[in-house]
Amino acid sequence: MSGITPSQTVGPYFAYGLTPTKRYDWSDAFSNNLITPDAVGEKIRVEGIVRDGDGAVIPDAMIEIWQADGQGRYITPVAGEAKPNTAFRGFGRCGTDQDGYYSFDTVKPGAVAGPDGKMQAPHIVVCYFSRGLLTHLFTRIYFSDEASNATDPTLAQVPEERRFTLIAKKDNRPGVYTFNIRPQGDDDETVFFDI
Amino acid sequence: MTLVYPKESMIVHPAHLSPEYRSTVKRSPKKPLIIVKHTMSELTGPVYGNEAVNAGDEDLTKQHKGEPIGERIIVHGRVLDEDMRPVPNTLVELWQANACGRYIHVVDQHPAPLDPNFTGAGRATTDKDGYYRFVTIKPGAYPWGNHPNAWRPAHIHFSLFGHSFLSRLVTQMYFPGDPLFPYDPIFNAVKDANARARMICSFDLEHTIPDWALCYKFDFVLRGRNATPMEH
Ligand SMILES: [Fe+3]
Repeated sequence: MSGITPSQTVGPYFAYGLTPTKRYDWSDAFSNNLITPDAVGEKIRVEGIVRDGDGAVIPDAMIEIWQADGQGRYITPVAGEAKPNTAFRGFGRCGTDQDGYYSFDTVKPGAVAGPDGKMQAPHIVVCYFSRGLLTHLFTRIYFSDEASNATDPTLAQVPEERRFTLIAKKDNRPGVYTFNIRPQGDDDETVFFDI
Repeated sequence: MTLVYPKESMIVHPAHLSPEYRSTVKRSPKKPLIIVKHTMSELTGPVYGNEAVNAGDEDLTKQHKGEPIGERIIVHGRVLDEDMRPVPNTLVELWQANACGRYIHVVDQHPAPLDPNFTGAGRATTDKDGYYRFVTIKPGAYPWGNHPNAWRPAHIHFSLFGHSFLSRLVTQMYFPGDPLFPYDPIFNAVKDANARARMICSFDLEHTIPDWALCYKFDFVLRGRNATPMEH
């Protein structure tokens, strides 16, 4: 027998097991605060609201992020890449609340190289799950104040009129970026990647 | 280790829009996914092993003062990649309903009792051979609002990481011979019969512990294969 194990929905009841956050009698393996005391880089918050095709908030979605540290290093580098010199892990998990809201406290990632050696714009990769979603979705968070977005090889493959869905907007509050997620929508459906 | 992540294997996953499962209608993308190259960002990934697990997290029958009600079972097996090589030291998370089919989640209000001795969450890591093992209670079937008289077959939810962000998997493990299989739109959203069969554990008499617990075996196969074909 060969072939991978199929995906199934995370369902409506994952929170007590995967994101208990003291609301349930279970320990958290992960949190939405990635900042370690020795983390290098600009401390930021990325937050947003998740809405469905009708614009209703999704209170049972789970968002996972994976990113490089402030110097563009992943904690589990591929062969030949530099390892980070801090305890920063680069992984976070957050369930949405009653209002469809999620947030992550982290550091702004540094730039990492793309497949052709050209640098990618700073970004965070995202794995998105919810009740009503049978197979998780991949997307990316870029930042509105990064000029290098213009030359990012992944963004370049996204139709121009949809790129804004991948770019977290800098807020008036210092260090805060807004990144709303729309698994289904008309003009503002989030871009998801087939990878 | 150099792994590649072929796309062909992804064909077994359910379509995002699977209307028989009603909630997919407003929660799945309408626009096509955009094909992009894998970069270091996807080819790396969170690697969590023993540090994410506390002693006893893998035994759901010992997390409270008393023993939970229900049929005590062992669920064990291996986590493998597409080349059937073990995935060592990787985190496996589990959550499930109790023997009556009730979750402790506040949203689950169906009229079946909660068990004060059962939370229904567990964690384990695979050893160097990719082997994991849980002790738990066989979950009950439960009703849901998808359509009239809708019941989920008994299942255990699992979450796995594997070698990279691309090998991430959330799935459900089912039990052999469940009469609810033909009626469940989540199970049947997987269109290939062989692939559906890979979500069903097998009864393992050999590892059943006499006078104590029945055993079920379940292997997970995650994305990823050797970049260079093995030579013999
Ligand atoms: Fe369930």
